[in-house]
Amino acid sequence: MNERFEVIVVGAGPAGSAAALVCARAGLKVLVLERGEYPGAKNVMGGVLYRHSLEQLIPGAAREAPLERPVIEQNLWILGHESAVKIGHRSADHSAEPYNAFTVLRAKFDQWFAGQAVKAGALLVTESLVDDLLWEDGKVVGVRVGRPDGDVRADVTIVAAGVNSLNSLIPRFADGRLGIRPDQVALAAKEIIALPKEKIEDRFNLPPDLGATIELVGEAVGGLTGTAFIYTNRETISLGTGAILSDLIKAGQTPNELLETLKAHPVIRPLIAGGETKEYAAHLIPEGGFDAVPRLYGDGFMVCGDAAMLVNSIHREGSNLAMESGRLAGEIAVEAHRRRDFSAYVLGMYRRRLEDSFVLQDLRHYRRVPRFLERNPALFTVYPDLVNRAATEFMTVDGVPKEEKLRRIWKLVTERRSVVGILRDLNQARRALL
Amino acid sequence: MVCLKQVPDTTEVKIDPSTGTLVRAGVPSIVNPYDGHALEEALRLRDRFGGRVTVISMGPPQAAQALKKAVSYGADEAILLTDRAFAGSDTLATSYILTQAIRKVAEGEPVDLVLAGKMAIDGDTGQVGPGIATRLGYEQLTYVCGIESIDLEKREITVWRALGDGRELVRTRLPALLTVTDEINDIRYGSLPDQLRAARYEPITWTKDDLDLDLASCGLKGSPTTVARSFTPQARVKRQTDLIPDGMERPREAAEALAAKLFGRPTVKKAALEGRKLAAEASGGES
Amino acid sequence: MLEETAGAPRGPAEGRPTEEGAKPSPSKEDYKGIWVYLEHAGGVPAPVSWELIGEARRLAKDLGAEVSAVLLGHGVHPLADEAFAYGADRVFLIESPVLRDYRTRPYARAVVGLVEKHRPEVFLLGATAQGRDLASTVATTLATGLTADCTSLDIDPETRDLRQTRPAFGGNIMATILCKNRRPQMATVRPHIMPMPERREGRRGEIVPESFGMTEDEVAAKVLRYVRKRTEGIPLEQADIVVSGGRGVGGAEGFAVIRRLADALGAAVGASRAAVANGWIGQDHQVGQTGQTVRPKLYIACGISGSIQHLAGMQSSDLIVAINKDPRAPIFEAADYGIVGDLHQVVPALAEAFERLIKEEESGAAGRAAADDGGVGEENQ
Repeated sequence: MNERFEVIVVGAGPAGSAAALVCARAGLKVLVLERGEYPGAKNVMGGVLYRHSLEQLIPGAAREAPLERPVIEQNLWILGHESAVKIGHRSADHSAEPYNAFTVLRAKFDQWFAGQAVKAGALLVTESLVDDLLWEDGKVVGVRVGRPDGDVRADVTIVAAGVNSLNSLIPRFADGRLGIRPDQVALAAKEIIALPKEKIEDRFNLPPDLGATIELVGEAVGGLTGTAFIYTNRETISLGTGAILSDLIKAGQTPNELLETLKAHPVIRPLIAGGETKEYAAHLIPEGGFDAVPRLYGDGFMVCGDAAMLVNSIHREGSNLAMESGRLAGEIAVEAHRRRDFSAYVLGMYRRRLEDSFVLQDLRHYRRVPRFLERNPALFTVYPDLVNRAATEFMTVDGVPKEEKLRRIWKLVTERRSVVGILRDLNQARRALL
Repeated sequence: MVCLKQVPDTTEVKIDPSTGTLVRAGVPSIVNPYDGHALEEALRLRDRFGGRVTVISMGPPQAAQALKKAVSYGADEAILLTDRAFAGSDTLATSYILTQAIRKVAEGEPVDLVLAGKMAIDGDTGQVGPGIATRLGYEQLTYVCGIESIDLEKREITVWRALGDGRELVRTRLPALLTVTDEINDIRYGSLPDQLRAARYEPITWTKDDLDLDLASCGLKGSPTTVARSFTPQARVKRQTDLIPDGMERPREAAEALAAKLFGRPTVKKAALEGRKLAAEASGGES
Repeated sequence: MLEETAGAPRGPAEGRPTEEGAKPSPSKEDYKGIWVYLEHAGGVPAPVSWELIGEARRLAKDLGAEVSAVLLGHGVHPLADEAFAYGADRVFLIESPVLRDYRTRPYARAVVGLVEKHRPEVFLLGATAQGRDLASTVATTLATGLTADCTSLDIDPETRDLRQTRPAFGGNIMATILCKNRRPQMATVRPHIMPMPERREGRRGEIVPESFGMTEDEVAAKVLRYVRKRTEGIPLEQADIVVSGGRGVGGAEGFAVIRRLADALGAAVGASRAAVANGWIGQDHQVGQTGQTVRPKLYIACGISGSIQHLAGMQSSDLIVAINKDPRAPIFEAADYGIVGDLHQVVPALAEAFERLIKEEESGAAGRAAADDGGVGEENQ
């Protein structure tokens, strides 16, 4: 195709739209290529969005964007067999504007967000999948779209095409091979379940129009390395679960099976009783952490968001890293155009910006977590069960003297996991998390 | 020119059981599939013979999306006819409004061929195309499943029409209006430049003031037919079912029992024997 | 090239706008009678025409009107007698070589002329390619209302209006349509929706010949050729027994068991929309709202759940049999006989059972025929 662009953004998700918005505002000629029928059509997220990164880009966006419910309460549930130990947090700070986080439905949000980039002057083309990057002498000079006359050139290409990019577009940093490693991604499945607004507020104990989140471990994921989640939307509940892909393969399980088990759990079932499943989706989630981050830039290109494995799953953060990385990539693209220099030398500034921001700092901090989780399956099998049993014993008033109870609990603990084992676990956790 | 309609995807439409009305929210809007084939045929003709393809649609403002889609396939121009005065039009009023718009386009350049899908999947009538042809005085060819040839010098077009039990080859003079079936072609994958063009394109919008219209012939006023009521279809008569037991456990016995019951009925026996005889005769061999 | 007609409803003659000072247009009350278009292909009548005459007779009782058939063609006089046999009181007949093959312009011209002269209240046509093509043209020319694909018709006792009920939105909803102020009220009806009426040989009626002034030169369209479709097996339209496969069949190969049962019964093969949409069998076999409507003596639904859309196409069959794995499938409500089972096991067993029964019957009949001194084999009780 003859027409050239100054920037091509591959993908109209949060990372791509953020990059396109920044470039378009600076007056650059931007083309955004989205493979879905509309932005968000192919995106799946839990999902929780953080105001901070959104308002870095669009001040006041929290009022305009199609968001579901502001999150005023966050929970962690450790599921045992037919029981749960619940830890929750609600604060006055989080319960009033400006809210810190929101639940979202990606189909609605992404369309709005991409629409902001279009309003700023970006050209959005949908139903167009980028099959390949165009390389010339080691430089990326554009992309190839799977349509007739589908080669289009630009000075800078920003790859924000999600986790699947790893299978098609991006050479890995270390060995140049393409591909997603099954131990570095999780496969998650999610259902959107319709429930009347009042029922949601009733069951989750929420004031009108406000929301809560629940992260779950333990029986939620059948002992595999992973978590589950339940988020409240306006008139639906997002419920999902997933585990590291290699774990799933080894255990011969599908996320759908995990989902059904979760829904049937006696603590979960009443929450969604009477709801009607409206949608079902599955998606890959980057889990590899810092060590899985691929090449972030090169001559003529930068990589953002899930495509760059920028997800901090411990903290359930991904959308904000995506937006932030997209914003930074956009800024560097503008700078490169100012200098008329699109080499890796200039685009490398993108990586430095990421290092200076929470994005790579957080990933570095939690660098050891993936390994830690991999080496400590007990975390997901033994501890949730122990914690639940201990709690059950502790909470049961049956005339047994408390000292005896504590002894029983201690026995339970040491039988399942020796004192040495526990101490070792604690030490490793400390090193991984702190 | 191509007449195109934006319709709800009727394979996804649901009925609200409590009110008996259509649930339109969240139902995706698509280009009427048959009109998509009409557009594809028009584009192929343009590729072969030259000329311009203009797509026209009467509908609410969001029908502009369907028109942009048409441009993304390669249409040169798209016109949206939208006005509150057009709402409630039945097929007679709709063909009137579309005809007036086509006449206006024809003032600028001759319209040799108008193509449309054989019917819209929401109305399921197939009446607007012939209505336009009749009003324009164009030759009318419906259920076209293939264009055999066009002779521009003689101004003749020859097509195959799909009839119930076969196909007929018909030749007539231009200008003509064709309604097409989905057998006529496979819809192409638009090129990237066309996608870009469509992304930047805004359809021309005409309201009632842009057209030469007698308002008494538009909208509800211009519609001889009205909907008295709508309701969810009920399956007719519930029959008393003779359920043969153990179908899963003992399929063979169940089948034998059923066959015996059915064959025991004279009408069934007769029908089967005669059917077999006819089949044998048709294949010209022994049964 | 374009005719300069105003957008208003057309005047009496083709191409000329309504003139000022012309005769006042007739009022509703001036329109009487129910007309049925007698469709034929080169003299071979389309059965839907008879079905519509039957329906017209039924409506005529409520309206106190007469039933007339409209017959156009060349050398089609014998069909008028058929029309009388099925219940028409009158046949308007226009014979002309120009009308030998159906073409929109001449047929529409002839029909419009008849309607303007004789003014029927109701005009019914078959919802076939020909019927719909003609009806749309005629209705537009007359600026009257046309309702397509009606599944039921009845007369409103107070207003005498024809209530026309039809499916919309791909069959998801039914709508009752009225044409309150214009006449004739036109409607098309699909074949097999209305029952075939009784044929009474010897019933007589009035033939009203009308003239037709169009010459062949005036008609631009020429029919060059007609190619008959080759259907594998017995066409759905004509079969007395239909064996249908649905989603439960599972694939194109799965239809082999359906075909086997159909062959055993001398039946036609039908299919649900799901099977056709998946490409397991051709569209010609589709039964349902968006396919064909059938009324065989026996309809066997295998692996078909029984959606409203499918039922619409076969629920008037004399006998319905359902074979489905799911005991809660809606098809069982509409069935006279049912087996809850795996069709891949039941259907072949059924085929075998029928094959055996038929063999017995046929050899029994042969034996009886041999035993009788060449008398008529009374195998049909």
